[in-house]
Amino acid sequence: MKVGSVYTDERGISDAEVNTAPERQAQTDFVRVTESSRFRELMKKKKKFIVPLTIFFMVFYFMLPILTSYTNVLERPAIGDISWAWIYAGAQFIMTWVLCTVYVRRFLKFDKEADEIIETEIKGG
Amino acid sequence: MSTTVIVLFLSIVLLTLFITWWAAKRTTTAGEFYTAGGGLTGWQNGLAIAGDYLSAASFLGIAGMIALFGFDGFFYSIGFLIAYLVVMFLVAEPLRNLGKYTLADMINSRFDAKKVRAAAAFSTITIVIFYMIAQLVGAGALIQLLFGIPYWIAVLIVGVMMTIYVLFGGMTATSWVQIVKAVLLMLGTVVIAVLVFARFDFSVMTMFSEVKTATAHGEAFLQPGLKYTVPLDTISLMLALVLGTAGLPHILMRFFTVKDAKTARSSVVTATWIVGIFYILTIFLGFGAAAFVGHEAIVAANPAGNMAAPLLAEALGGDLLMSFVSAVAFATILAVVAGLVLTGASAFAHDIYGQIIKKGQATQQQEMKAARQASLWVSVFSILLALGAQSLNVAFLVSLAFCVAASANLPVILYTIYWKRFNTTGAITAMLFGLISALVLVAVSPNVLSPEAGAAMFVGEPLFPLTNPAIVSVPLGFLGGWLGTILSKESDARRFAEVSVRANTGYRE
Repeated sequence: MKVGSVYTDERGISDAEVNTAPERQAQTDFVRVTESSRFRELMKKKKKFIVPLTIFFMVFYFMLPILTSYTNVLERPAIGDISWAWIYAGAQFIMTWVLCTVYVRRFLKFDKEADEIIETEIKGG
Repeated sequence: MSTTVIVLFLSIVLLTLFITWWAAKRTTTAGEFYTAGGGLTGWQNGLAIAGDYLSAASFLGIAGMIALFGFDGFFYSIGFLIAYLVVMFLVAEPLRNLGKYTLADMINSRFDAKKVRAAAAFSTITIVIFYMIAQLVGAGALIQLLFGIPYWIAVLIVGVMMTIYVLFGGMTATSWVQIVKAVLLMLGTVVIAVLVFARFDFSVMTMFSEVKTATAHGEAFLQPGLKYTVPLDTISLMLALVLGTAGLPHILMRFFTVKDAKTARSSVVTATWIVGIFYILTIFLGFGAAAFVGHEAIVAANPAGNMAAPLLAEALGGDLLMSFVSAVAFATILAVVAGLVLTGASAFAHDIYGQIIKKGQATQQQEMKAARQASLWVSVFSILLALGAQSLNVAFLVSLAFCVAASANLPVILYTIYWKRFNTTGAITAMLFGLISALVLVAVSPNVLSPEAGAAMFVGEPLFPLTNPAIVSVPLGFLGGWLGTILSKESDARRFAEVSVRANTGYRE
């Protein structure tokens, strides 16, 4: 292994990046970016998307152990010998795939808005 | 041990060593060692995440639990899958945008304090060690069962292999071993599931009605309540499962192997599909084992049900399929422990050595050397612990790792990304409250203390009634972070503005 021998003179270039935040702040005024209407608008949209859906899937998820632990409603047969517990569990799988797809689609739009913020508020400003 | 088993076993060893040799040529910098240079594509990383996730515990454990407990065995699958929504919606993108190599990097994008990094590295190492002992003990027992070799030799074989992958091939080797294994595992699972389904005339209705009469539990097998009878304990376990993934360092580290948030997203999508389909197939495996192998035979081979899938393979496809499934299980174990070694080593080498001791001034050469040494020590330490921990209950260690991840890591991750007022003191108290409460509550739980001799590690009355403490320790982690923050005046709105912009736009200089 020719480990590192080639890279001896690259003294912590990449790691220095992690520790120089105060200097970077001098270059970009992030507070001003967060106060810009574009950024505030993006944050508002993201919040409106993430918060209700997160609450929804957490509630939907915990309803299963709550219903199976404290009630017998899910033990009733749904289709043949398959009880509602299995249908509910299956619905959680479908929910996961659907929400993932919805998230990706929605965030593709947010990506464009984020790029605009970088262009106009950070680089342009 | 048949010739087929030995041939397949050696093929896996040779294939993974070839991958390591190929990866070693591409691993010359610290970045390549920790994160494969951030060069994985979405589907590659998605497969690797799925691979990390589908450990032997998932493959053998869940199939076995469904075979023994029917619906209740399926609870784990549901929790493990929904956990990806938590990862996707709350953690993946900000993590990718803020972090570099480790979880501590991401938290330290807001706090320069070395104490915060040390606490994050410490909780990472704690989780990795618990998870690793669980995997190694499980691996040893499994290989012993499958190949009939003594436990200590089995642990040593796995230990030496994982060390070789990580030491020479870093994250590139670890990822590709993981990808190959994920493909093999899916292949094996699909084959068994199709064979099972064929026996039920390709009808889900027939499968359910036949399984209803196939076990001694009768109709109860298809209903919840066979295994989890204490409501609060069930809910606590489900909480640890759904929140733990978003705090597991070896899963989170995978998000640094892709180039941007968009790729991080597509890797979660790939992982969710693979993991989801896999878990649905575990129903077929579990039902098949219950119907065609039978409760007694499964329990006789291993009381926890871990042999259900290999035994089912034997019943359906004879020696060849059984050998293939055993080889896949072996590959699964190797890949998962390699990922854990790498994660533990990066916490030591990057966080503790590179950033705390060397203050970020270590050369590439120094950090690579430290990373390789740390990999070696993490491996040796885990092997020694695993050799002494043969009698420990594996499921208990895994659920403890999930619980610590959910209690110690998740609160600090969420606060760092989303809470403006959050500060250094809060970050430390969040991690300490979560970590200590999870560890202490487990130490006095029925897992460790039982009035019956032999039922747990020690004889005595448990001081805490639940086997999984998440329902108490996760809120304590959040409470600790909140208290630490409001009791300390410090707050840096400028720094939060920077973190918020970077997390949400992916902006980097």
